[in-house]
Amino acid sequence: MEKELVMNTPNTAMEETNRSLQRREKGEKAKKAVALTFVWIMLLVMYLPIMYLILYSFTDSKVIGQWNGLNFDCYATLFNGSNVYAKQIWEATWNTVWVAVVASTLSTVLGTAGAIGMHFLGKKLKAVFNFANEIPIVNAEIVMALSLCILFAWLNLPTSAFSLIIGHMVLTIPFVVINVQPKLEQMDPSLYEAAMDLGANRAGALFKVMIPDLLPGIFSGFMISMTLSLDDFVITEFTKPSEGMDFQTISTYVQGTLAKGAIPIQIRSFTTLIFVLIVAVMIGYTIVNNRKAKKI
Amino acid sequence: MEATRALPKNKGVMRENRKWLCMPYGVFLVLFIILPILLIFCYAFSDADGHFTLNNFIDVFSPDSSGTTFKVIGQSLGVAALTTVICILIAYPIAYILANSKFNKNAVLVYLFLLPMWINFVIRTVATKQLLIFFGLDPAMHPWICSIIGMVYNYLPFAILPLYNTMLKLDKSQIEAAADLGASPVQVFFKTIVPMTVPGIVSAATMTFMPTMSSYVITDALSGRTIKLIGGQIEHQFLHSQLNVGSVYAIIMLALIGLSVVFENFFSEKKKGAR
Repeated sequence: MEKELVMNTPNTAMEETNRSLQRREKGEKAKKAVALTFVWIMLLVMYLPIMYLILYSFTDSKVIGQWNGLNFDCYATLFNGSNVYAKQIWEATWNTVWVAVVASTLSTVLGTAGAIGMHFLGKKLKAVFNFANEIPIVNAEIVMALSLCILFAWLNLPTSAFSLIIGHMVLTIPFVVINVQPKLEQMDPSLYEAAMDLGANRAGALFKVMIPDLLPGIFSGFMISMTLSLDDFVITEFTKPSEGMDFQTISTYVQGTLAKGAIPIQIRSFTTLIFVLIVAVMIGYTIVNNRKAKKI
Repeated sequence: MEATRALPKNKGVMRENRKWLCMPYGVFLVLFIILPILLIFCYAFSDADGHFTLNNFIDVFSPDSSGTTFKVIGQSLGVAALTTVICILIAYPIAYILANSKFNKNAVLVYLFLLPMWINFVIRTVATKQLLIFFGLDPAMHPWICSIIGMVYNYLPFAILPLYNTMLKLDKSQIEAAADLGASPVQVFFKTIVPMTVPGIVSAATMTFMPTMSSYVITDALSGRTIKLIGGQIEHQFLHSQLNVGSVYAIIMLALIGLSVVFENFFSEKKKGAR
């Protein structure tokens, strides 16, 4: 009897702790469920407007929200060369893309060179550069846009492709610089010197030793530049070519049609295709990343 | 002897050379960022012919128009403040959950929050407008509610990202210690988690507050043009080729941005002081 009691006490105590552990685990599980439900609901809300637009890309009603029956008119007309709206949309797309590619490339080259140069400047001069670099990030885009517009008016130059590219470079360069800077800080300075000692010339040491080290920063700077440039409205509106043909990017085109009334129905199918493209790129990127992670 | 002495000198020259790589960027900064901002001040104080005048300021702040001007400033600050507060209130728990390995083990969910940003924001705003109408919220009838929803929708990812980044670096042991020492979950939250995430809150606030003041495209579409932001005023002057009066509004905007920067620095300094 005595023995059993002694044996029993720790057992019940253990059961007790086990039960409380289980209870805690249950609590954790419930917490997790609540948290993830909240996140998924928020995601649903974030995607709702886009889904709504996508849904109405499968009907040809003039306004979103009025269902004319399932058809693919939005898509058919988008790829019909003689459709006025389709022509405008594709032209605006082309403009958006080339401006983004040209401006981001120039920003990446100039910004990377700038960041490398700044790294070797004296403290005071470096601070001045850093301050000037922060201006477009902190400043409102519209103030930068107006200031550029004034600059070209002051120079008596009409706004053109040149002013537009400059505008997008102002928007994106600071982000290239701040993305390259941390990589420069992490860089091992002796590598560059070693390359020089081993007989590399300046350009060789720069391109074969330094730039590869900075590449991740340069790449993310370029990607952020593309993202900002593709989505830009304000700077584009203020610096886009004012003479000759009506120049539009997707942002200014949609805003212009919206101000006049309804947007063309082809915008719905266009957005759907862009969305599919983005999701595909995202999935591809995730898969490649996961594979890389597994290899390591 | 000669060679060894020449080497360091040579290296010094090399370093000098790398320094010059920032020259083109320096020229760019002066020509297209600093000079244009100085020109805004010149234009604000001159007429269309370039003569000195205070008429632009009188135009904006005269008894007739100052009412509108102050209303625009008030509305801009109101929209920006409301958007910022709501964005942070929603983004904070999202970022906390996404950054907590107990709830979320991979970054895919984070990407999902950022993905809508790659759809053109004007198109997203149009879609939001139509969806709000579908839910019975007509922008013409409820300009404030619709505008704020549109703004929060657009800027939420900008608030989530900095908060998420700070929360990834949270010191877990401090939170556990607080809990072990008998703090209630509420106390743990307000006494350890919130103070540790102040830098994230400050940068999330900056990322949403500053751009909302000039995001007139969203308020134009979602308020039936009844809510006017300073950005919209600048655009209005630009469309009517009134660059001089537009410059005055730009200066007002610069002043507000300057104030927000001072505010931001105050909070980050305080945080540093506390450490």
